[in-house]
Amino acid sequence: MVEMIVIGVYLSLLLGLGIFSSRLFRGTSKDYMLASHSIGPFLLLMSIFGTTMTAFALVGSSGEAYAEGIGVYGMLASSSGIIHSLCFFLLGVKLWTLGRKYGYTTQIQFFRDRLESDKIGLLLFPILVGMVIPYLLIGVISSGVVINSVTEGAFANTFAQYDYGLPPWLGALVISIVVLIYVFFGGMRGTAWANAFQTMVFMVLGVVTFSIISAKLGGVQEATQKVLEKNPTKLIRSADPADIEEYETEFAQWKTMAEYNYATKTANLFTLSDEQTQQAYAEFKPRMPGWQVKAETVFAAKNGMLSDLTTAQKNDAYLVQDDRTLPEPRPEWWNEKTLDHETMEQFLRVDGAEARAYKIFEANIGHPNELLDPEDPSKGLKWTRKKARGVYRATKWAPQYPHSIGYWQFLTYLFVPLSVGMFPHLFQHWLTARSAASFKLPVVAHPLFIAIVWVPCVLVGIWATSATVDGRPMFPPHFPPNAVLATMVKSMTGPLLSGLLTAGILAAIMSSLDSQFLCVGTMFTEDVVVHYGGKNRFSDRQILYLARFFIIVIVAVTYFFSLFEQRRVFTLGVWCFSGFSSLFPLVFASLYWKKLTKAGAYACVITAASLWIYLFWMSDFAAIANFTVNFGGDQFMSFTQRGEHIESDVIQTQPVMLMVLGSTLAMILVSLVTPKPKPETLVRFFPEKS
Amino acid sequence: MKYVVWGLVLLLIVIHQDFWYWNDKTLILGFIPIGLFYHACISVAAAFTWYLATLFCWPEELVEDAPTGPSNGEEVQHG
Repeated sequence: MVEMIVIGVYLSLLLGLGIFSSRLFRGTSKDYMLASHSIGPFLLLMSIFGTTMTAFALVGSSGEAYAEGIGVYGMLASSSGIIHSLCFFLLGVKLWTLGRKYGYTTQIQFFRDRLESDKIGLLLFPILVGMVIPYLLIGVISSGVVINSVTEGAFANTFAQYDYGLPPWLGALVISIVVLIYVFFGGMRGTAWANAFQTMVFMVLGVVTFSIISAKLGGVQEATQKVLEKNPTKLIRSADPADIEEYETEFAQWKTMAEYNYATKTANLFTLSDEQTQQAYAEFKPRMPGWQVKAETVFAAKNGMLSDLTTAQKNDAYLVQDDRTLPEPRPEWWNEKTLDHETMEQFLRVDGAEARAYKIFEANIGHPNELLDPEDPSKGLKWTRKKARGVYRATKWAPQYPHSIGYWQFLTYLFVPLSVGMFPHLFQHWLTARSAASFKLPVVAHPLFIAIVWVPCVLVGIWATSATVDGRPMFPPHFPPNAVLATMVKSMTGPLLSGLLTAGILAAIMSSLDSQFLCVGTMFTEDVVVHYGGKNRFSDRQILYLARFFIIVIVAVTYFFSLFEQRRVFTLGVWCFSGFSSLFPLVFASLYWKKLTKAGAYACVITAASLWIYLFWMSDFAAIANFTVNFGGDQFMSFTQRGEHIESDVIQTQPVMLMVLGSTLAMILVSLVTPKPKPETLVRFFPEKS
Repeated sequence: MKYVVWGLVLLLIVIHQDFWYWNDKTLILGFIPIGLFYHACISVAAAFTWYLATLFCWPEELVEDAPTGPSNGEEVQHG
């Protein structure tokens, strides 16, 4: 309950700030959308940083480090420190200058002018809005999940199916309404102020959390030393031989168990007699959870009962045990080679498989503050539904392979941060700057801010892999990475800090949501209604009302969508980053290449969209894990297929590279053979240096 | 100096691909893996490089071209 109070106080403070900033509102649409170009260097830095660092800043960074190790810093953080500032410097300053000069509020207004094409707006609008929507959804859904996690057990009798915490749909609704209120009343100024406040909150709380967690783990050196002993792969970017060896032993045991379960439960090839079962139990010594099945498996394997299984049956067994969808029809090679972990992961996990845990562990699930057995407190508290799902995953699914990062994947990930150059909400933030000099601080401080937030979070993430409670690992296998930070805070600190950190996580989420809501509302108003309705048809006050109306609609629609299909949205988010990156050549060439033509721009956008759709389709709509574009091997270029084992001599690249190179090539080639822009247009956008 | 700064940006992108620390488990100060420490240093180096960029590569000619100071909220007319 303390956590809920802290979150409530934080949200009230935020609302107060939004309403206070609205008192400075000058009553014009330009003030509402661009804060009348009045934002100075510090506010610009904080609001841009808060906007670019989504929920990923605290939760994702520690979660990804937990899953992938320290390599995530180089892939996602230090690369962003270079590329984001590059975009602010090369694009931000120039777009701000043109925006001030010609009165732009949105990207599309700029492109319509620069490319002498009204229709480019019709092409870009659905693409840009369509790619922002998944971000909004991720923010809204994440906020509900975070609030639910931290409040579990807060209610005595209600919300049992949500572990007696605030239901995610209710938490998400509260956050959506809070953001809506301060964006509605405060507009861009309220958003900038709230972002600055929230950025400070999540940065300070991130550092505080780091120091408390490191102290609880026995100090920074001891925490890292444990990782070196138990999970050395997390300290490097390749898989450590010791981890691979341990994994191979566990994987072999798991495969035998999968084969036994398949033979006895799915194919009904044999059943152990009572006598055999008793013998199996007597011969098996360890008594860990689920030991009986393991004992039966060892007995069956030892007595050659599994040797009749065909390769195809074994492959079926592994996918069934790992709750993955069996391919229909089976591929030709199905009876020739057995699946390894890499190829197995490319088969989609069955929706809702974990829900079986509720049935299996029905007797253990209950209010997390009640004892499992009142007569024997040593058995601990009742399980939450989350814990039941966790135990199910840890005992049924295949052990986790020690991940490594390929050189080429690491290199080609550099294309992803280019996406900030085409974020419509960032464009709008750039235009709020009071002067071009206001950009200097964000350009310089952005990489440092990234380091301040990410280095502690990455360390906490890798420490989590080897942290123990009462001698047992704090996190079982297959623990959801994004829940690592919140779980560590909850189990290692008091409810006050837990509530404060949750406020910090929500701050990171809301500081992106607000800008995106405002931006999409602005785009509907400026690029559609005002543009096609005619500028003189609406008074400035009417435009202001329209913007506010659209913001309400966008918040409502986003919240509505957040109630449905959730799992795929997170995967889609990464693809949207790539989509924005593939449009980077367009904005760069618009500012720096006089020969860019209208047709070249269309070619760029159409190629980017076509490649995005094609690759998304080839990845089975993001269902193939670790989907890459591959060069070498039997073919010059290929895409990761289901069940494909990629040889080490094949160059694996992120799909974003092909999208960016493809859209750039199309833009250049078409621009070179189509009519150049009018001289008066070039004069406007490329004035002679005085 | 302008070329030096852009050369430094290019150098940052090149040294970002630190294959030489890929398998190195050395701990700096006893707790930061060298692969993480190196990239944290890249973040600091990036900040310094961008500081140099604001000193030596700032597009003054563009900046002079735009109106300065907060606008009064009225739309600037299309030129």
